[in-house]
Amino acid sequence: MAETVTLADAAPIATEIGAVIIENQGLLSEIDGATGDGDHGINMAKGFRLANERLGKKSFDLREGFATIGDTLLGDIGGSMGPLYGSFFTDMADSLEGSDKLDRDNFAAMLTAGEAGVVDLGEAKVGDKTLIDVLVPARDAFAAAAKDGKDFAASLEALKAASAEGLESTRDMVAKLGRAARLGERSRGTLDAGACSANLILQALADGLLKRLHAA
Amino acid sequence: MNRVIDDPDQVTEGTLRGVLAAHPDLLVATDHPRVLRHAGDRPKGRVGIVTGGGSGHEPAFLGYVGPGLCDAVAVGEVFASPTAKSFHAAFKEADGGKGVACLYGNYAGDNMNVKMAAKLAAKDDITVRTVIANDDVASAPREEADKRRGVAGEILMWKAGGARAAEGADLDGVIASAQKAIDNTRSIGIGLSACTIPAAGKPNFTIEAGKMEVGIGHHGEHGIAVLPVAPAKEMAGLMLERILADLEFGGEDVSVLVSGLGATPLMELYLLYGHVDEILRAHRITPRFRFVGNYFTSLEMAGVSVTVTRLDEELDRLLRAPARSIGLTVAG
Repeated sequence: MAETVTLADAAPIATEIGAVIIENQGLLSEIDGATGDGDHGINMAKGFRLANERLGKKSFDLREGFATIGDTLLGDIGGSMGPLYGSFFTDMADSLEGSDKLDRDNFAAMLTAGEAGVVDLGEAKVGDKTLIDVLVPARDAFAAAAKDGKDFAASLEALKAASAEGLESTRDMVAKLGRAARLGERSRGTLDAGACSANLILQALADGLLKRLHAA
Repeated sequence: MNRVIDDPDQVTEGTLRGVLAAHPDLLVATDHPRVLRHAGDRPKGRVGIVTGGGSGHEPAFLGYVGPGLCDAVAVGEVFASPTAKSFHAAFKEADGGKGVACLYGNYAGDNMNVKMAAKLAAKDDITVRTVIANDDVASAPREEADKRRGVAGEILMWKAGGARAAEGADLDGVIASAQKAIDNTRSIGIGLSACTIPAAGKPNFTIEAGKMEVGIGHHGEHGIAVLPVAPAKEMAGLMLERILADLEFGGEDVSVLVSGLGATPLMELYLLYGHVDEILRAHRITPRFRFVGNYFTSLEMAGVSVTVTRLDEELDRLLRAPARSIGLTVAG
């Protein structure tokens, strides 16, 4: 089992993430429709479809792939999700500046940079029923596993488990921010659509890296 | 609902085409398809004014671009914030070397996109400062005024900021005047029926027949009370009660703006204004500026909003200054 993946070898993960979002467009809109305006899947799929089209026309490594996704979301998707995920991918790409591979430690730094970008912009806290409820526990679980001396792959498995749990935790929360907040108590009982897309992104990212770590 | 549209996903594009064709003397397209600029000279040597917001509120936001008002506008999808790149492009269109004042409403998406756009503009050496309208008294209690949404009061903010920029004030001065305008402005709406985003095809909130929602937001956000529909006089009383309790008066004159939300006839807006005027005068408050019409709408929502601005000498001067736009023209 390898401990590093080059950014060049990891490049296809950028479009694999988009493919997962596009595949789950209906699911995301359905979840959003329960508490919001039901356009989350449409907007996310639109953004990632555009990003994947742009990536299809050039050669890139994972850093450039993330930069293109970030740029596309910031440029073409308005509302709240464009800037939030746009910052997530842009800030992750920026943190990889000067690296040519991903290992356990710079992955932790990359995830922290992406999460910080989202928190800085959205000002949501854990428990507000947003994508933060997935991003923060996933980042923390990865960092804790790494601190315990777990290798890159095992730390990614810890991230995957925490991300899925984080998503599930939003089911019993009352929305404090965004359109769903107008429902108050009535937002309890459904998952948060943003948390759902965040989980899809993290699972696709971790799966893509695990596949390449196992293959090496 | 029968609508005058083509492809429901292309409503914003179609609207922009029509606006540009109808008002070539006021608005021109830019390199960015979602940014329009005033057709006249760029604001050389003075502060530029930018606004932006979702579509579906016409004549807001693009209808307040023109001399004495905004210089450029970022246009979002129906009820959705413009992108960060749109705001950024609007900043560039409005920059005349003296900085840009971005005057917009307090919504999560707009806040994020403006923040990102200001970061991008900093890399171009464009200084951007913001005033975030929060005039809707029904959207949060007074102690949490920073959580209140921006509604029709934004028009007074644009008017004050635009007039101050035209006077040649620096960025600090423009920001201070726009902030003063919104700090002295309070609004509240009453919704009588829901509205539908064309691309969504069905309303995502409802108002039962025979009911009115006091304090409803511009996108159907919950108000403070759902009551049986009352006579116009009682509606005026309910709305002014909230506004006057929030804005302490010391004998100042005011500006009053009554706006329809989209589907309410002008006749009813004037009928309501009559009551508003009478109640204010009974409180010894004199309306010095009066605006009645569809100034800031929410697609085909039925209902009305009332906006009251407490005036001082400066705000009086800025509201009196000449301005020309689709939504508001002051002869000066």
